[in-house]
Amino acid sequence: MSSWLPEAASSYAGDLDRLLTLITIIVGVWFLLAEAVLIGFVVRYRRRPGRRAAYLPATSLRSMSFVLAPCALILGFDLVIDALSAPVWEKVKLELPPHDELVRIQGEAWQWRITYPGADGRLDTADDVQTLNELHVPLEKTILFELTARDVLHSLWIPELRLKQDAVPGRSIRGWFRATREGEYAVVCAEICGIAHTFMAGKLRVESEAEYRQWLQSRAPASAPAQG
Amino acid sequence: MANAHAHEPGLLRRYVFSTDHKTIAKQYLFTGIFMGIVGGLLAYVIRVHLATNGQPVPGFGAVGPQQYNSVVTMHGTIMIFWVAMPILLAALGNFLIPLMIGARDMAFPRLNMLSYWIFFLSTVILLVSFFVPGGAAAGGWTSYPPLAVSPQYSGETWGVALWLLAVALEFAAFLMGGINFITTAINLRAPGMRLFDMPLMVWMQLSASVIFLFSVGPLIAGAILLLLDRVVGTGFYDPARGGDPVLFQHLFWFFGHPEVYVILLPGLGAIAEILPVFARKPIFGYRMIVYATLITGVLSFLVWAHHQFVAGIDPRLATPFSVTTILISVPIAVMLFAFIATLYQGSISLETPMLWALGMLVVFLLGGVTGIHLGSAASDIYLHDTYFVVAHFHYTLIPPVVFSFFAAFYYWYPKMFGRRLNEVLGHLHFWPTLVFFNLTFLPMFVLGFAGHHRRIANPQFFEALRDPTLVRMQWLATVGAVGMLVAQIPFLVNLVWSAWRGAPAGENPWRANTLEWTTPSPPPHGNFAGPPVVYRGPYEYSVPGRSEDWWPQTLAPERGAGA
Repeated sequence: MSSWLPEAASSYAGDLDRLLTLITIIVGVWFLLAEAVLIGFVVRYRRRPGRRAAYLPATSLRSMSFVLAPCALILGFDLVIDALSAPVWEKVKLELPPHDELVRIQGEAWQWRITYPGADGRLDTADDVQTLNELHVPLEKTILFELTARDVLHSLWIPELRLKQDAVPGRSIRGWFRATREGEYAVVCAEICGIAHTFMAGKLRVESEAEYRQWLQSRAPASAPAQG
Repeated sequence: MANAHAHEPGLLRRYVFSTDHKTIAKQYLFTGIFMGIVGGLLAYVIRVHLATNGQPVPGFGAVGPQQYNSVVTMHGTIMIFWVAMPILLAALGNFLIPLMIGARDMAFPRLNMLSYWIFFLSTVILLVSFFVPGGAAAGGWTSYPPLAVSPQYSGETWGVALWLLAVALEFAAFLMGGINFITTAINLRAPGMRLFDMPLMVWMQLSASVIFLFSVGPLIAGAILLLLDRVVGTGFYDPARGGDPVLFQHLFWFFGHPEVYVILLPGLGAIAEILPVFARKPIFGYRMIVYATLITGVLSFLVWAHHQFVAGIDPRLATPFSVTTILISVPIAVMLFAFIATLYQGSISLETPMLWALGMLVVFLLGGVTGIHLGSAASDIYLHDTYFVVAHFHYTLIPPVVFSFFAAFYYWYPKMFGRRLNEVLGHLHFWPTLVFFNLTFLPMFVLGFAGHHRRIANPQFFEALRDPTLVRMQWLATVGAVGMLVAQIPFLVNLVWSAWRGAPAGENPWRANTLEWTTPSPPPHGNFAGPPVVYRGPYEYSVPGRSEDWWPQTLAPERGAGA
């Protein structure tokens, strides 16, 4: 299963992959057990001449326990899965660790508009750097993103980062990631957003801090007044 | 157009405006089967388009991106609302509830007729929407705003308005049906039949109707607000005018998730009727199954936001909804394990109804366990909106909608039409369907793990999705889907051929206990010669001390016998 997942490229990808693997193992064992018993019973208790079925209506709690006991075990495993999941969710979606870089990502039918705050470190000022479908981030730096949508719902989906978050018109949703692997990855829209939904795709480039700075410089507005 | 009875000529005149619950059941049944064929052909278009990288689909033509969205939207809409609901709830419920509780008809026969004809009207409107300028709705079967009210992005002009009208009419129809089901099951039971003597199918239909009644209100409100946004230009879901698009998602899924159980419960009800008959054993833990059903019904109202973990809801909400979602596995496991335990020390014969019932359990288990992957909010971050979700919900919906339905169809057809279906054709229908179903949807789990997002018209656009393994998976799924469609031919042949040429069924071909088997096949108007009297529960098979291995509910106890 884990060999089917795309290569992991973020600091929390490992947590999510571990969780996926654990859940798959737990439910996989239950699935195989249940199938084995089901198919085993069908084979073992096929109709044969002269053999009558047993009368087992299970009206007492005692006889029901043959079903209720395994279900109690399932309840236990459910709680284990809850306990494994909650901290991962908290880490990815609830906590906002101190960030090194800030970027605004806006979904528009049908492109991603990326805005960097520029030299002053603040968005919505004249030295903002804007690109379309081109997201660059430095390696091993915590990126805080503000996700917005201009028109309809979109969903920011970068499989290698294990990052997915819907973009909603009227809201600015904050999230974070820390890329751990240099390379180029697809930035996909995972929420149906109209005619060209399929083709709404950007690129994420994870590069060294120096390359990143250089790229950002090259994209700075030509008449970049150091305005505050 | 949209004449659902086209393949049953002659019946139209005789059967229009009938108030007999059995006729109305057949009307729902044939409309549902007709729509199932439409939905199946749309699935064929989707699958062939995806596997051939956008080549023209034989018999349909090239599929553009907007048309692809439209085909996907209508496939989902039709399969859930125009196949699953009319067949599992309306057809089975209408046919079986009065017969199983010993009633002459539904409590409100005219309301019942009105229900069908409103449903018929909604079907016509939905089918017409394929042919209006701009084509049918193209915003997904969930019809999320703002896309659903933004023709400039979705490309449709009339489609969504007609979609909303059709859905609203359909729900009005099922509300009438639901009120009828509940009133009938509560008030019209035969003398001697206590609530805990009702067959589980009746319990499941009753529970499904109650769940539907309680959940559908918010959706109708949500749909009307959406219609106003679309047609009148209000801004209920438009943030620029103080609205909120996520509100619609809450209203939709507050209905939409209970809806899954509205479909599943009648499906499980059919299994609960069939297993005891073909294993000659009482159902294992009747009351336990009833309580598990009721608990499932209550829990189904507390899980809806698991569809929205990454949709922009307050992230603190995720873990509570994650816990309730995963918890629902417990009552469902109680039912499934009780069904498996019913087989233990049985005397199992594998006639076609039993094959479908067992097949349902075999495939539904996989749908059930993969719900945990998506119920965990954290792992849903990765899997949400991927093919994993597509695989999962087909593994949870096709077992009740296809497998349970066919189990029920092969089981009750003799009662409905007075003749038996052909067993060989039944096996030729079951085995290929089982194999091709798995061939279609198992590869989608792999695609989902690989991060393949759903609802895209052209996967080859993305470099990562041009990976040979993933292309092969898409191709396998397409072979499976085409095979699954072809595998339905023996069913259609059997359905028509057996209606005229099948062996006469007699009253009780399966030697079953429940009341519907005590009347002629097909039952006359009014169902029973006189009101049947019920002496015992529905699953008294292989009772020690009796020479027969069955004990009909209506058979009076012999004097001095301790039963």
